[in-house]
Amino acid sequence: MADNTGTLAIGVQATMDGNTAVAHVAYRVNEVCAIYPITPSSPMAELADEWSARGIANIWGNLPVVQEMQSEGGAAGAVHGALQAGALTTTFTASQGLLLMLPNMFKIAGELTPAVFHVAARSVATHALSIFGDHSDVMAARSTGFAMLAANSVQEAHDCALIAQAATLRSRVPFVHFFDGFRTSHEVNTLTLVPDEQIRAMIDDDLVRAHRARALNPEHPFVRGTAQNPDVFFQGREAANRFFAATPGIVAEEMERFAALTGRRYRLFDYFGADDAERVIIAMGSGVEVVRAAVADLNRRGEKVGVLAVRLFRPFSAGHLLAALPQSCKAIAVLDRTKEPGATGEPLYLDVVAALGEAVRTGARDAMPAVIGGRYGLSSKDFDPAQAKAVFDELKRETPKNGFTVGITDDVTGLSLTVDAGYSTEPDTVVRAVFYGLGADGTVGANKNSVKIIAEEAGHYAQGYFVYDSHKSGAQTVSHLRFGPDPIRSPYLIASANFVACHQFHFLMKTDVLKLAAPGATFLLNSPYGPDKVWDKLPRGVQEQIIGKKLKFCVIDASAAAREIGLRGRTNTILQTCFFALSGVLPRDEAIDRIKQAIAKSYGRKGRRVVEQNWAAVDGALARLHEVNVPGAATSGFERPAIVPDDAPDFVRRVTARMMEGAGDDIPVSAMPVDGTFPSGTAAWEKRNVADEVPVWRTDMCIQCGQCSFVCPHSVIRAKYFAEAELERAPAGFKSAPVNARGYPGTQFSLQFYVEDCTGCGLCVEACPALSAVEPGVKAINLADKAGLVEAGHASIAFFESLPVNDRARVDFANVRGVQFLEPLFEFSGACAGCGETPYVKLLSQLFGDRLMVANATGCSSIYGGNLPVTPWSKNHEGRGPAWSNSLFEDNAEFGLGFRLAADKHVALARDLLGQLSGEVGDDLVTAILDAPQIRESEIRAQRERVAQLKTKLLALQGNATADHLLSVVDHLVRRSIWIVGGDGWAYDIGYGGLDHVLASGQNVNVLVMDTEVYSNTGGQASKATPLGAIAKFAAAGKRTARKDLALQAIAYGNVYVAQVAMGANPQQTLEAFREAEAYEGPSLILAYSHCIAHGYDLRRGLDQQDRAVSSGYWPLLRYDPALRDVGQAPFRLDSPRPTLAFKDYAYNELRYSALAASRPEEAAALLAEAQKLIRDKYQTYEDFAQMEAGPDASQAIGAARRL
Amino acid sequence: MDLTTAYLGLTLKSPLVASASPLNRQLENLRILQDCGAGAVVLPSVFEEQINREQEILDALIDHGSESYGEALSFFPAQTFASDTSNHLALVEQAAQTLAIPVIASLNGVTESGWIEYAQDLESAGAAAIELNVFFVPSDPAVCGSDVEKRYTDIVAAVAGEVDIPVSVKVGPYFSSPGHMAGQLVRAGARGLVLFNRFYEPDIDPATLSMQTSLELSHAHEMRLPLLWIGVLAGRSKASLAATTGVETADDVIKYLLAGADVVMTTSALLRHGPQYMRVLVDGLADWLTARGLSSPADIRGKLSHSNVGDPETYERANYIKVLQGFAQH
Repeated sequence: MADNTGTLAIGVQATMDGNTAVAHVAYRVNEVCAIYPITPSSPMAELADEWSARGIANIWGNLPVVQEMQSEGGAAGAVHGALQAGALTTTFTASQGLLLMLPNMFKIAGELTPAVFHVAARSVATHALSIFGDHSDVMAARSTGFAMLAANSVQEAHDCALIAQAATLRSRVPFVHFFDGFRTSHEVNTLTLVPDEQIRAMIDDDLVRAHRARALNPEHPFVRGTAQNPDVFFQGREAANRFFAATPGIVAEEMERFAALTGRRYRLFDYFGADDAERVIIAMGSGVEVVRAAVADLNRRGEKVGVLAVRLFRPFSAGHLLAALPQSCKAIAVLDRTKEPGATGEPLYLDVVAALGEAVRTGARDAMPAVIGGRYGLSSKDFDPAQAKAVFDELKRETPKNGFTVGITDDVTGLSLTVDAGYSTEPDTVVRAVFYGLGADGTVGANKNSVKIIAEEAGHYAQGYFVYDSHKSGAQTVSHLRFGPDPIRSPYLIASANFVACHQFHFLMKTDVLKLAAPGATFLLNSPYGPDKVWDKLPRGVQEQIIGKKLKFCVIDASAAAREIGLRGRTNTILQTCFFALSGVLPRDEAIDRIKQAIAKSYGRKGRRVVEQNWAAVDGALARLHEVNVPGAATSGFERPAIVPDDAPDFVRRVTARMMEGAGDDIPVSAMPVDGTFPSGTAAWEKRNVADEVPVWRTDMCIQCGQCSFVCPHSVIRAKYFAEAELERAPAGFKSAPVNARGYPGTQFSLQFYVEDCTGCGLCVEACPALSAVEPGVKAINLADKAGLVEAGHASIAFFESLPVNDRARVDFANVRGVQFLEPLFEFSGACAGCGETPYVKLLSQLFGDRLMVANATGCSSIYGGNLPVTPWSKNHEGRGPAWSNSLFEDNAEFGLGFRLAADKHVALARDLLGQLSGEVGDDLVTAILDAPQIRESEIRAQRERVAQLKTKLLALQGNATADHLLSVVDHLVRRSIWIVGGDGWAYDIGYGGLDHVLASGQNVNVLVMDTEVYSNTGGQASKATPLGAIAKFAAAGKRTARKDLALQAIAYGNVYVAQVAMGANPQQTLEAFREAEAYEGPSLILAYSHCIAHGYDLRRGLDQQDRAVSSGYWPLLRYDPALRDVGQAPFRLDSPRPTLAFKDYAYNELRYSALAASRPEEAAALLAEAQKLIRDKYQTYEDFAQMEAGPDASQAIGAARRL
Repeated sequence: MDLTTAYLGLTLKSPLVASASPLNRQLENLRILQDCGAGAVVLPSVFEEQINREQEILDALIDHGSESYGEALSFFPAQTFASDTSNHLALVEQAAQTLAIPVIASLNGVTESGWIEYAQDLESAGAAAIELNVFFVPSDPAVCGSDVEKRYTDIVAAVAGEVDIPVSVKVGPYFSSPGHMAGQLVRAGARGLVLFNRFYEPDIDPATLSMQTSLELSHAHEMRLPLLWIGVLAGRSKASLAATTGVETADDVIKYLLAGADVVMTTSALLRHGPQYMRVLVDGLADWLTARGLSSPADIRGKLSHSNVGDPETYERANYIKVLQGFAQH
């Protein structure tokens, strides 16, 4: 307790991100953690799971129980239950996750149950999803009755996690402890850790026991959770008032107790600034730190300003607010990091106005200051001191804008403030470094390492914040690092860097890398060209900036050095060493020594070899580092090329291209769609050039089988057949070969490779069956160095695109060979290189794209499918293509069912109206349209032509209300293909209830589950699809239960078409399943094995590994087609042969399995044996089912699903 | 019959040693070998490349895709990774704790880099000795024989310098002067010589135009070369001598002992017939000795070595001429 202060340990200085800082406390003061992944809070839950798996105890010396749930709603329910049963319980969440917890939060607060929910505050999806930070989620929870405590930095988040826990136990009011998603949750900064003894001292065990005593207990039973009626509900609601009223005082006292223990003092409302301030900003979260920087600077310049930090937002203590606000204050701007459309102001603003109004009314304050409210920083929009100054400047105006925005240019409603971009408060003592890297090159990891190295030196402080782009392959990262002699409280991006490193030479051609370089800064370039040659390779603009800003320019060929050392593209250690050598943050020798120590620490778990290689990289770096003699004048004859060509569509040039070049912040409000609607197919304009090696075609060996384009995850390989005569206008180097199938005389076949869009994954090479009989290792497709292929490819691709698109009605959809001639309408996404999901998505777009509607669950597929700047869902040459949308994570099946309901309604309406217009339109056409079969592609095409005729006739009838009405729904007369697409996290867990309902509805929808067996998008957390014996986050000690057999569960309905496919094992079966599912008049479900980066092996081997999954019997290929029963055939078909491979020989190729075998060999061996037995049993059951004339009945299927 | 034998300064209950093979990965098999009279067991080799590659691959797999996309900064739980090599250490530890007979760990490497420190880990895990398996193909024609020999001795010195337990060296026969080389190895710190390593000799598959890397089990006829060099070195080298390759029957064991081997190792026969076959070999040796009224393998060890044989010429060129001439006369 507090009186033990004298014996308490002194907090150690450490470096970590906000999530770790919070989890450190939360884990120690709880007994149960009910968790579910959601960005940016997931790392807190992951850490809790890992610590539990490693046997780390809480402050009472026992091991917290960590339980993953199926959704945040489930987590909240489990939290509620655990609390009611007396356990100290917590959870971690954000955004939609917090919204799913709301019903339980009302209950938990209504029952006065102490608990803390730790929230990395994130935008709630509105016109778009965003993973980034603002307060829209916590603001949506403010009516729950939870207290809300805001932390503004990594240190504060660490401290407030404890203060909240202490306060909730005393007040019995549950707390949301929140801090800014990404800006705080992911910022790495120096902090002083609260030692366990001090944590222990803050938690009163009497209160813990009191919490337990209030728990449900049959030894002294009571009832909690009654239903109440008009007579008493109201009074019951008011009965708890005194607890809420007491909470601010309790929090203030706990803050004081914390201050006594640690020396760090917080108040409910903390004021920083001039005692006689006339203008004050009131804010919450990391923005407070930004305003503090501006306040300090402006006051130095003679202004009288201040900032009031709101820490306890709920219960809102007007008294504490007024006490903290200087009496001298005449004008106030309240900053809200949220938007509440239609309100008279955002929530914090309204609270402040109400508090001040009440103070004036009661005479506590003489006069009402001018109060304006404004919005800033939505979705982690950077908020810097210049913006804070703009707000202070606005307060000087006679009639300042109320409801203003800052940080954007609003040229529509004119609400934005003008910001002086040149204003900076950065002290000279702080080294500011910016690094441009690729996700794959280790830049971020090395920078996190550097932050630790420096921050662990006495008298040094460091901060790191990392900006990632929206791609999963070839992603650019920008690291913002600050180092200085004082704690760094600058939660905003660096605008003026004295060190800029560009770790990828080609970025110079895409991004204005030196925009952030301060005059006299050092510029380190990883360059394949040495100090004598590099100058001539730079765009003119870069040269001019180097000269104009008098930059010290250094180069190193880190890529070559890494190759020599065997680090395979990992240039991070080499470039990190150069940074230390050039920046002088630490003495050079000391720095090198520390880097080596850090390498030993951080790479130690990977083995000595890796440590030694990285040490060698450190030793070899400086010898290869050269300063460039900068000429007096720019000499380059070329500029950074335009990001998109001039013939790109207007929207792409005005909006998309700006985002692509990293200038999206400059896009004004007027350029943005008002409702989140974006044009399809803009990924084609983003030539990312991420691969070094790309496929090259050998026409002489190709058997034209189509396997390569079938498996290509990025739709980079395209095929056409065309009349030989076309070749007369073909450019030099255009490759084609005579069609090798019979019946196509005078016809050529060509494959084109969009190498600028290729990620170099090599799946096409692995899929190619044409192996040379004379050249070892040579196939009809081989990877080759891309250099020289890009330019040559442009003319070939242009010619290829000018060739007629193959008629879908003439293409044989029934085999893989034919599918290659169907236009993919999903192309060039930002998915991982070698992605196992996207080939299925692409196939969907090829088969049904021109009449396809996709409801896409949130997850990997919604991100590579819909994350700006570009959209991979595209249009065919006729302008038709998939209509795609993402609603939420949890509701996707329902969302897609809504598509069906609307389509059915409008089909019925259209048919009815068409019948009414038969006189005007003509009986023959009406009958033909109404009776048209629409299964085969030729039938669809014929119907399209009829509908086109109808449209022409309807247009001629304009003014006829029935015709106008019909015109609005006439497109529905062409049968739509409705697909509900998502991953296993959605289908097995969070969306399972909805999926089950939709399958049970009997409605004609198609469900595609791309099963990676983990939550891939959030970094590999276990789902119910995660297999027995594999490790995953949230299953760090290995999954102890078998994966759910969703196929059998669906089969139990008897009227659901079900297929289990694996493209790498049997592409033909995959193709047939897609077509059968679509043709089936009822619900269908396809479970598609999708290899994934989270499985832990080289994805180039993905197809082979899929084959092994099937050969081992782990993933049997099957189809259950209820329609077969009607024609007297057995509906259950087992498409893969009996297992020929031991499960081990499949599983142990993957790190997710082998890691457990390495870390817990005996348990892994037992799980392996169990898995092998399950596989044998399952296959036997499937074989039995396949023998049944009518297939398994519901009880047999469900019985087997349970048993397995 | 007391078959006690000294090897590498260790006392073995018999001169039969189960050499490194996949069989020895199972603790149960090791128990059977012990129960069937094996004097010692050599655990499967840990290869330098295995240690290094495994670490590199693990590094690459753990980091692949990490720190690249804001929602998924990693894909695996931290701190759960242990490599196969740590599994191997666990096996050494378990075997050393479980078995009464000495457990010899085997290391296979060709450079002097970090993996050598792994020898210390093996020692800590309870290995009674380390059998260092040095094998590489000097595929660069510019490398001369003395450089190759130096590389061997450097590695031996490096490993022997790392540990206090005895280190034996398993080498191939392809040196200009194997006897001299043996002396150099002993001077570098080898306490025993294991003769000989069977070389990796890849095959070619004309159907797929690819290299095939399967290893054939050894046959009895392959024992002539090690038999020759055991015979030449016996009594002349301070090191313990272990004979390996081609041991199929008790007669083969006896031949090696007669040539001067301290211990005789076998793998292929055990792989063919199972670990229980050790009993056949041990009993066969004991029966042979008993039948001749002998009480110990020491009674026959080296009786037909180069030093002891009445006519050393049989080991040398003159004998070769005779054999060839004899062959021609058939």
